[in-house]
Amino acid sequence: MPAVSKGDGMRGLAVFISDIRNCKSKEAEIKRINKELANIRSKFKGDKALDGYSKKKYVCKLLFIFLLGHDIDFGHMEAVNLLSSNKYTEKQIGYLFISVLVNSNSELIRLINNAIKNDLSSRNPTFMCLALHCIANVGSREMAEAFAGEIPRILVAGDTMDSVKQSAALCLLRLYKTSPDLVLMGEWTSRVVHLLNDQHMGVVTAAISLITCLSQKNPDEFKTCVSLAVSRLSRIVSSASTDLQDYTYYFVPAPWLSCKLLRLLQCYPPPEDGAVKGRLVECLETILNKAQEPPKSKKVQHSNAKNAILFEAISLIIHYDSEPNLLVRACNQLGQFLQHRETNLRYLALESMCTLASSEFSHEAVKTHIETVINALKTERDVSVRQRAADLLYAMCDRSNAKQIVAEMLSYLETADYSIREEMVLKVAILAEKYAVDYSWYVDTILNLIRIAGDYVSEEVWYRVIQIVINRDDVQGYAAKTVFEALQAPACHENMVKVGGYILGEFGNLIAGDPRSSPLVQFNLLHSKFHLCSVPTRALLLSAYIKFINLFPETKSTIQEVLRSDSQIRNSDVELQQRAVEYLKLSSIASTDVLATVLEEMPPFPERESSILAKLKKKKGPGAVSVNELEEGKREGGELNGGGERGDNSAISTPSPSADLLGLRTGPPVTAAAPSAGSLLVDVFSEADLEPPTESSDSLLAEGPGDSDATPGCPCMFVCLTHTHTLLSLALRFVCKNNGVLFENQLLQIGIKSEYRQNLGRMYLFYGNKTSVQFITFTTTLNVQSKPVEPLIEGGAQVQQVINIECLTDFSDAPLLNIKFRYGGALQNLTLKLPVTINKFFQPTEMASHDFFQRWKQLSLPQQEAQKIFKANHAMDTEVLKAKLLGLGMALLENVDPNPENFVCAGVIQTKAQQVGSLLRLEPNAQAQMYRLTVRSSKDTVSKRLCELLAEQF
Amino acid sequence: MIGGLFIYNHKGEVLISRVYRDDIGRNAVDAFRVNVIHARQQVRSPVTNFARTSFFHVKRSNIWLAAVTKQNVNAAMVFEFLYKMCDVMTAYFSKISEENIKNNFVLIYELLDEILDFGYPQNSETGALKTFITQQGIKSQTKEEQSQITSQVTGQIGWRREGIKYRRNELFLDVLESVNLLMSPQGQVLSAHVSGRVVMKSYLSGMPECKFGMNDKIVIDKQGKGGTTDDSGKSGKQSIAIDDCTFHQCVRLSKFDSERSISFIPPDGEYELMRYRTTKDIILPFRVIPLVREVGRTKLEVKVVIKSNFKPSLLAQKIEVRIPTPLNTSGVQVICMKGKAKYKASENAIVWKIKRMAGMKESQISAEIELLPTNDKKKWARPPISMNFEVPFAPSGLKVRYLKVFEPKLNYSDHDVIKWVRYIGRSGIYETRC
Repeated sequence: MPAVSKGDGMRGLAVFISDIRNCKSKEAEIKRINKELANIRSKFKGDKALDGYSKKKYVCKLLFIFLLGHDIDFGHMEAVNLLSSNKYTEKQIGYLFISVLVNSNSELIRLINNAIKNDLSSRNPTFMCLALHCIANVGSREMAEAFAGEIPRILVAGDTMDSVKQSAALCLLRLYKTSPDLVLMGEWTSRVVHLLNDQHMGVVTAAISLITCLSQKNPDEFKTCVSLAVSRLSRIVSSASTDLQDYTYYFVPAPWLSCKLLRLLQCYPPPEDGAVKGRLVECLETILNKAQEPPKSKKVQHSNAKNAILFEAISLIIHYDSEPNLLVRACNQLGQFLQHRETNLRYLALESMCTLASSEFSHEAVKTHIETVINALKTERDVSVRQRAADLLYAMCDRSNAKQIVAEMLSYLETADYSIREEMVLKVAILAEKYAVDYSWYVDTILNLIRIAGDYVSEEVWYRVIQIVINRDDVQGYAAKTVFEALQAPACHENMVKVGGYILGEFGNLIAGDPRSSPLVQFNLLHSKFHLCSVPTRALLLSAYIKFINLFPETKSTIQEVLRSDSQIRNSDVELQQRAVEYLKLSSIASTDVLATVLEEMPPFPERESSILAKLKKKKGPGAVSVNELEEGKREGGELNGGGERGDNSAISTPSPSADLLGLRTGPPVTAAAPSAGSLLVDVFSEADLEPPTESSDSLLAEGPGDSDATPGCPCMFVCLTHTHTLLSLALRFVCKNNGVLFENQLLQIGIKSEYRQNLGRMYLFYGNKTSVQFITFTTTLNVQSKPVEPLIEGGAQVQQVINIECLTDFSDAPLLNIKFRYGGALQNLTLKLPVTINKFFQPTEMASHDFFQRWKQLSLPQQEAQKIFKANHAMDTEVLKAKLLGLGMALLENVDPNPENFVCAGVIQTKAQQVGSLLRLEPNAQAQMYRLTVRSSKDTVSKRLCELLAEQF
Repeated sequence: MIGGLFIYNHKGEVLISRVYRDDIGRNAVDAFRVNVIHARQQVRSPVTNFARTSFFHVKRSNIWLAAVTKQNVNAAMVFEFLYKMCDVMTAYFSKISEENIKNNFVLIYELLDEILDFGYPQNSETGALKTFITQQGIKSQTKEEQSQITSQVTGQIGWRREGIKYRRNELFLDVLESVNLLMSPQGQVLSAHVSGRVVMKSYLSGMPECKFGMNDKIVIDKQGKGGTTDDSGKSGKQSIAIDDCTFHQCVRLSKFDSERSISFIPPDGEYELMRYRTTKDIILPFRVIPLVREVGRTKLEVKVVIKSNFKPSLLAQKIEVRIPTPLNTSGVQVICMKGKAKYKASENAIVWKIKRMAGMKESQISAEIELLPTNDKKKWARPPISMNFEVPFAPSGLKVRYLKVFEPKLNYSDHDVIKWVRYIGRSGIYETRC
């Protein structure tokens, strides 16, 4: 047999590899590989059997070619054959090839599993190890299925060799990570824990990785490991560096094992058993003591290993957070590292200190290092370390050192890296606010902040300063003075202009006494910045100007001149133009009293959580240190909402909560809804010209016509009735829209506006009298209960009725509205169907194509589907169809149906009783002018009703 | 305009680096090496963009030539320049290889100084360049010679100097064509075109004026109108339709546009007079008839017949047929009646070579290919069978009708010039699907 004499050198492989390496170009390499592949193919052709050596050699070559990036589509069989060889090298190459190249769907997987099974049950430890390594490397689901039961058995069997146990533990860990559902906890779990007591350190190290992972998922089952781990740890820590021979690394006994033990302990709370706890504390103290000892070696590996253990120990101490003594000691130890010349150590020390700072026991201890940390912030070369230093400063800040820290951070900001500037700005802003003793300091700080790093000051920060200034009377004068001074700098940041404009607009009068800051000077100062600013800032400045007119009547003519100039009143930006026009009119028409009311000083903002803090949290993500801790006892102010910045009329005159809550509350007060109702009336009744003249200009629609005599909303329960009464089918027009004219004759016009959210809806009915005579005894009855409307409608006037609707269950008939009134003695009677249809309670649902079809298939019961084929009533315009389907309330899904002509929608009908998911498909046939509509929903009545409703729409 | 020009060897080491503009830094050199040369053929486009810098490259054997620019240049111009640059280098030191470039780098820098000025291409006519850039050290030139060179290079006819004298006035004209074909297995032509070049070598005295005529359809038809019906019928058959053509700078384009006659004062020595392309009435010199039969999963039978389709008196040369084999080929047996055939594993193909073959002949090869069963279900893509050959005629049908030389100042006439005309048709991409 030649194979025996050739040995394991595989000269052919070496020659091939050197050939490839010597190739001058890619083409030459490909040629060489093609040649080799052809050679291997001819060898594998199978007309003569290959010996194990050549098989191994060729499989090796194939593997090499594969690793060079070429496709290999043969040779798997030969590799599998190698698995059954008895020679270690051949088996090893076979396993190597399989681990690298086999994909799980291969039909060979059965053969491979079989070979692995054989090896696992063999008594040969090396073969078992090879098999285990292969399982771990492939780690596929199939492998897990086949061997998840087998491996724990090997792991805990008494007669298994140590090396096999190590492999088995790690292999099980891998399988558990890839498919945790297949690795079942069983009676072996307790025995795994006892592996911590194993004689062999390697086994312990491997087992502890497994236990850590398992105990994170099922902490209770592995609780017993704590005491075992502590005793193991104490044995290692107390051992001399020579005791553990093979497991001593540069004079440190078993560093990896120690780290893993400490990490395992971090999964559990401090041990309750006093003895165990005492022992653990002793261990931790020993570790801290050892850190003080002079190093036994100058090698970097020695200090690395020692420090690794130390840092894990400190993490554990922080995790327990119950031993003041240890915490302080840890802090001192870290303090030493702060000045270490190893950058990594400094980084780690700063990071750990951040967590220490949040502990009540060590907070003071951390504070002693403030000078060092500030120094680190200034002199550190590595940006990530500087970032940590900034974090730590933030964490250690409290009332006593706030001024110093904020000052340091501000001065650092000037040179800080761009990447961390925004975060720094937020932190400074938060600290300044949180620990502000006097608010003039706060204002100074923030203005400084804007001056230094204006670009990085987010909206929230300057909103916040304005909120605070407005809410606190004592700083207003100071703030006005400071911003005035700040604005005098030749180049100001835009944010500064915003703050300045706002504050001077509100409180400019407080400093107007000084001739240096007389009203005109203030105005000129602000206006000198005007042209350099963006549109939102200009808008804000315009609002400030109108406020000036109120505060200082002597500036009126100057400001009116500015507003009248073409660059304002004819500005291409519609917002600016509108403001200029409105303010100009307001200033010239309104009397001083009106002006004073409209342009009154802003009322204090409601107290709310600072949005800056929220922003910082978002930036840092979960796990941010000591942010939560900041929240408590915090004096929160409301976010400066759109009203402040927009500063438009309604916000100035009525900074109502509706400005930012609009659409958020389920039942806003009627007054909040009234302006919008009024504006609706304007367009509903525009041709009727019913609008009474208002004294203010028309965009100051604080009081619409409907507002004066609007009835308070009547909460009426809407209960579905099976009323088989057919009436005016006007309601059908409202299937796909919510607003419009419901009914109109010579006498009466009924406008409707409705909005729906989930299973709730609100409908405004506007009854407009088109005649000049009043309607008397005007009553409306809904076939469900409702509150009466104003019994009198003046000629040319209108009244409003609000109906609150709740959908209890699905329904098919709309409620009826009966209206009776006397017009010139004659009794008028009118019955209308209210346009409330089931589709109004749709919640649109977006879904991907396959989701849609999956659900479509799920709703396949015959009664769940309703289909209709009908002729088109209107032109088949895609855009119109789309608009209608959107108006229906469902989500129109694009790119779902393979035919782009078809429309596919999905939505959920919200009723109080249940939610009915519905899917819809509309297939237009342009040639035949026909549609096919298919509706599927989880409730048969809904499908049918929807189908009926929709069929009449197209 | 071109900002810089770099020449690399196959490893990506810089052999020549010449930067013409400040916007190109040294890092551009590395960017090209890292992103193109070392990209292991991932980059296949000749134009690549990194960091707002465009790299145009051509490859000659193992040498990469890359022109770099930050501006929006005419890419065609840059490539034309790079090709010209290659021509110039070959004219000076024959083959472009790493060795030759290293040995001639002073010369190359000298050339680069001359043919690119601040990134603008200048006179790259080899003949003209050779008058003042020589390989034999510095030749001291007299004042007259210097002024002569200056006036020539800056003058109207920059490609030819005055006062050339030959004892024997000779003209060589080669029509070189490459024919490209893609044919379906059933013998249907899917696409075919001929791209041809007219290359001349002229050794003429004085400043002669040449006129070149060929059987261009437009010219023949124009003449046919004036001549007899008999004549036009005859010439109509022979004339060819040229799709597009480009000329050497010496050709008077205004004359070509108005009269479609090609007249020029030729440069001295070798040059390419024109390039053209035709797509109609192409004579396909060979027809390949493939027959592929798959016998079970492990065997494939291939039979390929080639037929020559030209005058029996002519001889085709250097015929090579390349039959691709599947990627899982494990063994091949070939039988051919003529020539030699061999399975080349490194190229995954059977290569069949025939030295010579006369027109209207037929030859055949049959091969049995054994396959190794694979677990891949992918079917073999059956790449086309390609062919190489050389034939002594122009497959486009182009004929040189005349080449007249006028030299009014010197006393030799058209008849005294010895003219040589040669036609060579080569295969370009000549493929038949199987």
